[in-house]
Amino acid sequence: MSDTAPDNAIVVIGAGPAGTRAAETLVKAGVKPVVIDEAPKSGGQIYRRQPDGFRRPIEDLYGYEAPKARAVHAAFDGLSDRIDYRPNTLVWEVREGLVHTIDNATDKRGSLPYAALVLATGAMDRVVPMPGWTLPGVYTLGGAQIALKFQGCAIGSRVVFAGSSPLLYLVAYQYAKAGAKVEAVIDTAPFAAKVKALPDLVLGGSTFAKGLYYVGWLRAHGVRCVSGATLLRAEGKDGIEALVWRDSGGGEQRTACDALGYGFGLKSESQVADLCGVPFRFDQGQRQFVPEVDAAGRTPVKGVYACGDGATVRGADAAELAGERAALALLEDRGQAFDRARAQALDAALAKLNRFRRGMDAAFPFPVEMAKAIADDTIVCRCEAITAGEARKWMRDLGAMEMNRVKAFSRVGMGRCQGRVCGTGAAEVVAAECGLPIEEVGRLRGQAPVKPVPLDPAEGE
Amino acid sequence: MPSQFTRLAERDRRPVSLTIDGTPAAALEGDTLLTAILTNRRRVRANEFDQGPRAGFCLMGACQDCWVLMTGGERVRACTTFVAEGMAVMTGIKP
Repeated sequence: MSDTAPDNAIVVIGAGPAGTRAAETLVKAGVKPVVIDEAPKSGGQIYRRQPDGFRRPIEDLYGYEAPKARAVHAAFDGLSDRIDYRPNTLVWEVREGLVHTIDNATDKRGSLPYAALVLATGAMDRVVPMPGWTLPGVYTLGGAQIALKFQGCAIGSRVVFAGSSPLLYLVAYQYAKAGAKVEAVIDTAPFAAKVKALPDLVLGGSTFAKGLYYVGWLRAHGVRCVSGATLLRAEGKDGIEALVWRDSGGGEQRTACDALGYGFGLKSESQVADLCGVPFRFDQGQRQFVPEVDAAGRTPVKGVYACGDGATVRGADAAELAGERAALALLEDRGQAFDRARAQALDAALAKLNRFRRGMDAAFPFPVEMAKAIADDTIVCRCEAITAGEARKWMRDLGAMEMNRVKAFSRVGMGRCQGRVCGTGAAEVVAAECGLPIEEVGRLRGQAPVKPVPLDPAEGE
Repeated sequence: MPSQFTRLAERDRRPVSLTIDGTPAAALEGDTLLTAILTNRRRVRANEFDQGPRAGFCLMGACQDCWVLMTGGERVRACTTFVAEGMAVMTGIKP
């Protein structure tokens, strides 16, 4: 089943900025890694490439980040036959030294023995349920960005962007610049939070300045930008017709629209780390469980490394550095020659970006009150349309005080997405109901298959 | 029928024909099935549990909220499947 791969492959999972730099570093050391990626082309989500036949220049797609996108793409393309590249491939299970894969296009399965794994699995938007969030027209901020970058489309003809995320103003700016009608940008963070975070934010270089630029540009182009708001609900019947929100003065506002992009920062895609047995820890700043990873990218599981947003959400620049650093750690652990001075320089750069990460947490705070106040009739689990009230009832009736127990009873988190989308909101509901700190209600464990795979009649052959 | 997505760029690609719930529809080569459906209408599926209209959410293959049924019985995730000539998709929604 393992085709041409060696018995002791070094496997990099993910071909975004972290996976690209990890693979490149391994290749420089004479290793030929297997690089498995779900997407048809490398680049990850942030530097996702448009399909064949699309002709927009790279500057249109990535704006100020175009030189970085170009460099990451070129680095990956330059590896060509010095890596065993498997695009369009999902890793759905890791067990007993084997990586189990399925080809997204052909459903062909494979299993690959590995000697070491570098997990560069990226992140997705973190969302909080609100009434109407399952309506057509409501998307994540990242999803809204993909529609434009990957498909040349806006998610609607009158779009509102909302939430608390470094993506918020960027996506709004990209939409407005591409000719979309942006009705409003509704930031749930008070402006004071950003000012307070300034000393840490400036460590991220020009990132903060760019954010200010986007806000200025949007305002100059007549786009309403408010901060300190609370999102109340999406209204509509066949699709969203308005976003209802409360302004910082307490007044209720209604903004008509036919699409909403919203989100509250990012959440690591860490299911594969879970399958590998990597322990998780609760990170207070990020307000989420993250895989245990040391500064160099080593997990406590021998031979398993994690880097990029899949390990700690620090953004694309940090992901490139962390990918390279994890590969150097892997080389060191295998007794191979590696550039120690370079490793130290990367450690220093990443430490600085940890402070930037803390600045981001402060500047784009998670809306704890909104999450705690999810109403009983609001759907928490999109997959199975389970409301917060149903989850609370199971908790009260059966005394479930932990996420996986709540899941077992209520099915919240048991649907196709495996809790990727509902996990954040569900944990807040459980914690508030039990009167426990969020870190004490646990987290939904990742299970194989980490994403739906078709039934295989030949399974076990 | 109103559409959800609005095309802003890349409009000069080769046309592709498909059917949505038996009705002929036009898309462009390089569209995902999600884009193909949502440039023609507002929803892609009905939730199996409450029959509520859905139209995808994350667009990156994570939320699993855009699985659609093809007339052949095959299920595909619309945001990670490219549209192809002659595709026949059912949104599970009564007209």
